[in-house]
Amino acid sequence: MSGSFDILLVGIGGQGIILASNILGEACLAEGRSVRGAETHGMAQRGGSVEGHIRIDGRFGPLVPPGAARLMIAFDLLEALRYSHFLAPDGRIVSSSSLVVPTSASMQGAAVPDREAIVRRLSAWPLCLVEADRLAAEAGSPLSQNVVMIGAASWFMPLKPESLAGAVKRLVPPKTVAINMKAFELGRAAGERCRGEARGT
Amino acid sequence: MRREYLLGNEAIARGCLEAPVDFVTGYPGTPSSEVIDILRGIPERGYYVEWSVNEKVALENALAAAWCGLRALVTMKHVGLNVAADPLMTSAYTGVTGGLVIMSADDPFAHSSQNEQDSRCYALFAKIPCLDPSTIQEAHDMARDAFSLSEQFGLPVIFRPTTRICHSKGDTITGEPAKNTRKGEFHKDPKQYVVIPAHTRVLHRKLNEKQPAVKKALVENGYNKAVIRGPRAVVASGIAAAYVEELIPDDVSLVRIGAYPVDEGWLRDQVRRHESVLVVEELHPVVEEIVRQVSGGVPVSGKKDGLVPWEGELSTASVASILKSFGIEPRETYPPAVPVADLPPRPPILCAGCMHRPVFYAIRRVFKDGIFPSDIGCYTLGLQLGAVDTTLCMGAAVTVASGLSHAGEKREIVATIGDSTFLHSGIPGLINAVYNGARMILVILDNRVTAMTGHQPNPCSGTTATGAPSPQISLEAVCRACGVQWVETVDPYDLVSTMATLRAAAEQPGVKVVIARQPCVITARRANIRRGRFEVDREACTACGVCIGFGCPAIERGEEDKARITDLCSGCGVCAQICPAGAIRKERRKEGRR
Repeated sequence: MSGSFDILLVGIGGQGIILASNILGEACLAEGRSVRGAETHGMAQRGGSVEGHIRIDGRFGPLVPPGAARLMIAFDLLEALRYSHFLAPDGRIVSSSSLVVPTSASMQGAAVPDREAIVRRLSAWPLCLVEADRLAAEAGSPLSQNVVMIGAASWFMPLKPESLAGAVKRLVPPKTVAINMKAFELGRAAGERCRGEARGT
Repeated sequence: MRREYLLGNEAIARGCLEAPVDFVTGYPGTPSSEVIDILRGIPERGYYVEWSVNEKVALENALAAAWCGLRALVTMKHVGLNVAADPLMTSAYTGVTGGLVIMSADDPFAHSSQNEQDSRCYALFAKIPCLDPSTIQEAHDMARDAFSLSEQFGLPVIFRPTTRICHSKGDTITGEPAKNTRKGEFHKDPKQYVVIPAHTRVLHRKLNEKQPAVKKALVENGYNKAVIRGPRAVVASGIAAAYVEELIPDDVSLVRIGAYPVDEGWLRDQVRRHESVLVVEELHPVVEEIVRQVSGGVPVSGKKDGLVPWEGELSTASVASILKSFGIEPRETYPPAVPVADLPPRPPILCAGCMHRPVFYAIRRVFKDGIFPSDIGCYTLGLQLGAVDTTLCMGAAVTVASGLSHAGEKREIVATIGDSTFLHSGIPGLINAVYNGARMILVILDNRVTAMTGHQPNPCSGTTATGAPSPQISLEAVCRACGVQWVETVDPYDLVSTMATLRAAAEQPGVKVVIARQPCVITARRANIRRGRFEVDREACTACGVCIGFGCPAIERGEEDKARITDLCSGCGVCAQICPAGAIRKERRKEGRR
């Protein structure tokens, strides 16, 4: 092994994937670890399917190879399925339970697999579903869903929760620190429930 | 010294501050745009910074500054270098006294581009040095050092990161920004700066004479280096070198090419110590061609024998399989991963409430049999709405439209171009179309900003790169000055009058211009413009699907196939105008929900 712990973040342009990946990177710095990452920008982004790569302890290229991600953090269920071939056999998924129907489906009538079918197909890996929109609203802003997801996923990556929480504090707009810290804690509680379930299975 | 988690383009901007750079110009283009966006956002700058109207203009401004002894940076994407190619080729002859660094960011896989050309070829063509970083740290260090390299040899330097450098991130060590101390001053020297043929012949010889010393310096300063470890070698350049380094076993030599021109004598010595050599690089086989020239009898593998792909982007996984097929067991292999089939695609789309969507809708409604040349910008996504028939390069909507007209096409030709693209290179095409008597309608999609690359201001915006107010250019006056007799401005959110104006345009002879103007929805939201939201009256909705066909991401099919308007709605209200049942109306619920 080249020794990096590879994480893929996936979702839809505008959901805050860049901020989420910056939080992971900043937490690596706080722990004195090397890190590499890559993300989607520009025309490829607007409302489209986007991906962020993070390699904790990475020292070389920024891209997570297919079949190598130890963790996928998905901001949308359909996008989790789209990128699932990036997961290692012993990988794990933490996904938002929401699903945005692509415009291609309504305009061209493309078939969208339903929620149950997606969850069934993702169940080849331990799957943690997080009601990110509800928890973000509870924290005080729908914009904090990305931090809810980081909180939930914090159980499943080799970074200390204090490093992650510190990175959230440093990177979110100053006025929103309290909301985002609450989002992180609510996410973390949701993730802990998944941890228990995974042990049970 | 600080260690930070930086985006490649941030690291590059930091490197430039450490040089320090005195003069910055450029035209936005993914993946290059963040460099100027960062440099223009720094308060108390000691340097000049501008967004120029196009890359040729940017390079010529920067070249003049470098002639005055300043350190100048000009940024663009690979296809922008085509626009700047004219001054580029001659700038190598005139040379520079200050450092001139031309950042031309390449985009293997065309993530956000119309082609996959390789800027290294331009460097070889122009006979100037090119730096090709393989990591974020190297991008930072090379950007910083490129200015002194340029000054050392009196040559412009191309700095060529790729998308995976510009838009990837890594923990990066940076230094302190240096203080700007230089004062620009031009020293007349016609033999250097007036390229009449008699001077040019001398300058070309001098340019050629500089080459051996440049090649030698690039080995001496460590940009091109070799670690000899066994009978087989891999030669790699740019980010491919990082992929190779992750995977290469200890008994295989690694030759890293980070800069051009490559010293052939040095490379020959490295290559001929081996029994076989593999060259791994993205895009054009620039390194491979040099390796093959110097290899003697040593067998060389790479693109030319089919081991390395000619198109697209490499990755750790693809490099692992290339090494395997060459006979090197990589340290890591990756099983072939098959993406899940049959998922609905989620391509990038125009935002909810984007002004381009109703314009395309109106064009399609009015000109059912029309031909629709378009251009480079967010509005290229009008392809999904059936309103984009051609896209070639910046400004070509206008020229392709006039070409179609002169070719004898009798259908209505309706071209679309954005405000920034029109200013970039649309104007000469418009002058040409009017002067030569084309018959066409040009719709300028004027959202007052260069939106797709990240909302950089342009001469329509009313502010400069640094936020200073400046007069907004009048597109109406420009078009009239180009000779257009019929120029009308419409509000694209008013669908009825937009369609009426397009119909009226079709009645006129010659070249007609319709300027469709509304601010970009993203800038409008940032400026706190709130239009309220719209909703569907479920009783009145007949599930006819007309609003769905409009393609707005805020409208989806709900229960019983009836339309539903989501939280994405920005309140443009166009869907209410197209609903045949009158079922869409302004939201009646409590105000101030957001």
